[in-house]
Amino acid sequence: MAADKPKNFQEWLERNVFALMLGTALMVSVAGIVEIVPLFYLNDSQEHTRVDESGNLMFPELVWNREGKRLFYKDESGNWASDWKAGDGVRPFTPLELAGKDIYLREGCMYCHSQMIRPFRDERERYGHYSLATESMYDHPFQWGSKRTGPDLARVGGKYSNEWHTMHLLRPQSLVPESVMPAYPWLAENSVENDFLGTKRDMSARLSAMKLMGVPYTDDEIATANDHIKEHTDMDALIAYMQALGTMVKLDDSKAYRE
Amino acid sequence: MDTVVKPQYNDGVIKAFALASIVFLVLGTLMGTYAASELAWPFLNFDMAEISFGRLRVIHTNTVIYAFGANVLMATGFYIVQRTSGRPLYSNALAWIQFVALQAGLLLAVISLALGMLQGKEYHELEWPLDLAVALVWVMFTFNFTMTIATRNKEKVPHIYVANWFFLGMMIMITYLWVINGLSVPVSLFRSYSMFGGVQDAMIQWWWGHNAVGFFLTAGFLGIMYYFVPKQAQRPVYSYRLSVVHFWALMFGYVWLGAHHLQYTALPDWVGSLAAVVSLAMIIPSWGGALNGMLTLSGAWDRLRTDYILRFLIMALAFYAMSTFEGPVMSAKTVNALSHYTDWTVGHVHSGALGWVAMVSIGAVYHMTMKLWKTEMYSMSLINFHFWLATIGTVFYIVGMWVSGIMQGLMWRAYDEYGTLAYTFAESVSAMHPYYAMRAVGGVLFTLGAVVMLYNMVMTIRMAGSRQPALAHA
Repeated sequence: MAADKPKNFQEWLERNVFALMLGTALMVSVAGIVEIVPLFYLNDSQEHTRVDESGNLMFPELVWNREGKRLFYKDESGNWASDWKAGDGVRPFTPLELAGKDIYLREGCMYCHSQMIRPFRDERERYGHYSLATESMYDHPFQWGSKRTGPDLARVGGKYSNEWHTMHLLRPQSLVPESVMPAYPWLAENSVENDFLGTKRDMSARLSAMKLMGVPYTDDEIATANDHIKEHTDMDALIAYMQALGTMVKLDDSKAYRE
Repeated sequence: MDTVVKPQYNDGVIKAFALASIVFLVLGTLMGTYAASELAWPFLNFDMAEISFGRLRVIHTNTVIYAFGANVLMATGFYIVQRTSGRPLYSNALAWIQFVALQAGLLLAVISLALGMLQGKEYHELEWPLDLAVALVWVMFTFNFTMTIATRNKEKVPHIYVANWFFLGMMIMITYLWVINGLSVPVSLFRSYSMFGGVQDAMIQWWWGHNAVGFFLTAGFLGIMYYFVPKQAQRPVYSYRLSVVHFWALMFGYVWLGAHHLQYTALPDWVGSLAAVVSLAMIIPSWGGALNGMLTLSGAWDRLRTDYILRFLIMALAFYAMSTFEGPVMSAKTVNALSHYTDWTVGHVHSGALGWVAMVSIGAVYHMTMKLWKTEMYSMSLINFHFWLATIGTVFYIVGMWVSGIMQGLMWRAYDEYGTLAYTFAESVSAMHPYYAMRAVGGVLFTLGAVVMLYNMVMTIRMAGSRQPALAHA
């Protein structure tokens, strides 16, 4: 019976494992090509790349134009300063904020806190203007999350003081009695300069990697990145990160950023 | 037929995978139950970084998916492929290397996750060195499996059995997804950053995320179903034609669904809509497959009264049918607006994970235990006991999450008569407490069932071990 000719294509595939695998590989590729590949090319994928009928960018102001400007530098008195002001547009994270995002990843904050506000009335009142794709354009990886065991954090920056955040992270229930959030006492004890297993957190390497992926850091910034996190704790870094969230762009309710 | 010499199968490595899978079932569900309890009673975090919810949740998901799930898939995969190809494994040595590498990798995975080495992508947390190691183990599995089929005696076994198609589909897609979603730039041995950013990263992540469910936790376990349901029921699969349709529709359709995790987000609207439409259409092949499994029992339904292993397999199909109906409903935009970000999603995942994946695996492992160790089970009534613990535990879990999820969604969007938000977020959190407690109870029941199974299995193996010499004499 084995010598029978296959009756149809299906039967032929059922006899040839490599053909079956190839057929399957083709079959599973279609959706990715249709749904993912266009996101890298279509202007509509991000608001700052959207164009009107005449081909002009509609919302270029959403992204900080950093030409000739410094994201962070030491001023004459030795304090860290920046040419960027809140609302100037989406910018890369400073080294301290990026180190804070490392802590955010490490503690798995994303599993209980989203960073993606949907365009609904109640979310607007609770969290603020709906999130734009442009706002996470420098986010590698994105942290939109999928679950709100706790509230959304996309626009948490500036809502509470640093002191509030510190107390909250040390003992959430002291400020929000109903909270089910764990306490994070170790954040205040660890220096953010230390990475895993006794290694140092190399912010220059981190900024270089980000630059490789298109996040516009200057060479100066990469060189001084490690200075920027000096003498800070994990707590400082995490709070710096959270205080930046949602503060980068000023959104105008009269504009339709999305269709 | 009795005169035909049975091929010698490489069963040793399968025994190891099967036993490991149940050990990890106990550990994984235990961690899940503990994590669930932390949400009900936050003092259980004990201010310890390694077991704080954010990390323990990840250790739990990785243990159940990659420790329990992978061990089951490798045990059943190697079991099925040898028996349906009529030959031993292409390489028994490679299978053992794969076994050792997997368990060693899992140990490192748990340690690294407890230390907080998380990539920040859901269900793809392992940092790049372990990420690569996982890919290597997976390629070993794929290679050994495929070559066993390729080198079968094509005279005796001309066709590749349907269970193997599903395994092959899983292997191809998971390799593809794991590699692309894992593309990242390392900055140290313990940290890497996703090569994609923002909206593209989101889409690629959920393309991976949903297909980890669709291929690892569905296609692979459907492969298990297509072999073990007919075997346990001692009848052929209900319809060959239906399984062909089921297979190709699943391969083609599942991949579109990822974007339904991103409804109303900053992902362009058309992608989510497309995903929702295809999600809805997926009810047809999913139910086709579930029916194909269930109707295999046509004319032998009475077996469910006496065959407790069959009960697991059929209950798994019932949960499969239920959650493949629930999923498309939740992907519809109006429902998703309510259900997204709530516990309903968690409940849905667990109706699939506990009800479908775990139950079908448990049925298959019980079946294999008797065949591999050539013995009856130590106790059949313990299997029945396990069945009820698992079923009631699952129901507790998902009912708790339905209520809490829908309640959360409704509370967040509720307005009072003055047109202001009726509830603070904190009020919605405290309203969840009874349901989080109920979920923890469900978890305890399910975990207890797993412990009963491990005990039953160990006693069976010991019994078989002590009987073996006697048999040899006879």
